[in-house]
Amino acid sequence: MNNAAASVMEREWRRYEPGERIARFVVYAAIVAAVVMSIRTVEVIPEFILDAPEQVVDLLKRMWPPDVASYPKEIHAALLDSLHIATVGTVLGVAMALPFGFLAARNVTPWPWLNWMARLILISARSVNTLVFALFFVAVFGPGALAGTLAIAFHSIGFVGRLFSEALENTSPGPIEALRAAGAPSASVITYGYWPQVVPAFWSLVLFRWDINVRESIVLGLVGAGGVGMALDNALNLFQWNRVAMVLLAILGVVIAAEVAVTYIRKKII
Amino acid sequence: MTLTDTGGAVGAALQIRGLAKSYVRGKPVLDGITLDIASNGITAIIGPSGTGKSTLIRCINRLVEPSSGEIIFEGRNLVTLNRTGLRAARRQIGMVFQEYNLVERLTVMENVLSGRLGYVSPFKAWMRNFPSADISEAFALLETVGLGAHAHARADALSGGQRQRVGIARALMQRPKLLLADEPTSSLDPKTSVEIMTLMRDQASQRGIPAIVNIHNVELARRFATRIVGLSGGAVVFDGAPDALGDAHLKNIYGGESWLDGGDS
Repeated sequence: MNNAAASVMEREWRRYEPGERIARFVVYAAIVAAVVMSIRTVEVIPEFILDAPEQVVDLLKRMWPPDVASYPKEIHAALLDSLHIATVGTVLGVAMALPFGFLAARNVTPWPWLNWMARLILISARSVNTLVFALFFVAVFGPGALAGTLAIAFHSIGFVGRLFSEALENTSPGPIEALRAAGAPSASVITYGYWPQVVPAFWSLVLFRWDINVRESIVLGLVGAGGVGMALDNALNLFQWNRVAMVLLAILGVVIAAEVAVTYIRKKII
Repeated sequence: MTLTDTGGAVGAALQIRGLAKSYVRGKPVLDGITLDIASNGITAIIGPSGTGKSTLIRCINRLVEPSSGEIIFEGRNLVTLNRTGLRAARRQIGMVFQEYNLVERLTVMENVLSGRLGYVSPFKAWMRNFPSADISEAFALLETVGLGAHAHARADALSGGQRQRVGIARALMQRPKLLLADEPTSSLDPKTSVEIMTLMRDQASQRGIPAIVNIHNVELARRFATRIVGLSGGAVVFDGAPDALGDAHLKNIYGGESWLDGGDS
């Protein structure tokens, strides 16, 4: 009985079909080739690599001690500027993102061509880096915080709008159906049916985006768009390494503080 | 309010004529349903799963678009109404759902008041600025359904039976001329189911409005309905008083017979 069963069961089994194995080999080979080609393009200079530890130690020595006296004079105000750029930029970005989020959500806006238009705009906003937006707005409005704020706002549209529309598409259809069945107009279906369901997701992604924007606003100064990045740029250009160290420490402090604040508030509201 | 013959068109609150619906072409879920619903009493619709009970009730207020046929309510054919007309008609039809379909993160009061959304402008509704008459009525309704103390609780803090009471209060808040209920007790335990059905029957009769209830529990249907409609294969195979519904009819509606006598045959 057992033997008979065993002879019947003797079949070959392999994890992958021959065709799949060839395909997998081709993919692996392509990855190896890509890495080799990339390394050749990077043009590594061996002397510089051997020299690197020495250079790092030298730089750190010059940075120490941080120029604490420069903080109240030049860094503090610039740091606050960066925070303001991040905050106002986030508020503006969210305000512009909401309409596109509603238009992009297929269950809220039942016209596919509008969904695609809104999505195209969201993708465009996301695909242009904040620094590129900053360069553009510096050219239009001149250097300063306004250019930085607008750069943050426009880049945020893509992120906030996309995630907001996804939150809308994940809402439960039951309550929506109930409100429609009661004869509620579309505007009331949004405020009573969709909005309460996406409120936690909305605040969560606003906070998350603000956190990202605090970090982005710091870099913006490097292209002249205001904030603490400008102070960093100046110090770097003048080889004031102690001051550079102070700016970096201040930035680290702000980023950690933002992270802690966001985590705390998220826990409170969700 | 006078009693009218269940079959007669005169005095019927709702007339369904040749209603058909197919989600897939050539495979009708509803195949020419014709029913007159009298202006009071509870009509229970029974039938096996997937036979179109839910589709039938959703075609009435067009949560599902009928493929063909007529639905006459308040002198108008609902099937041909435009968006505005449909909204106006839906305001007069209250609906209760199997999964309650409350907005979980809103309070009980907000959920009940949402029954008035068809009458209150979106801006006023958004500002929670409802007419004081509506607010008094909402409080009174919450007392009626036994949830007077829970007005400020969030809907997701309630039990299933309590949620369904809120669902009923929301439907009644519309001051409806017709009540629809799609499996209102299927998610509830037997005791709560009876309480919910009692509440719906009492409210419908007090207000002198008819109710159409999809139900898969034949005993509940017999106990609470004034009329039972049996659906099978998308067509009406039984239509009559609860007393007239015998084993032969049930066999005809659900098919087979071993389940009728305890399943040990």
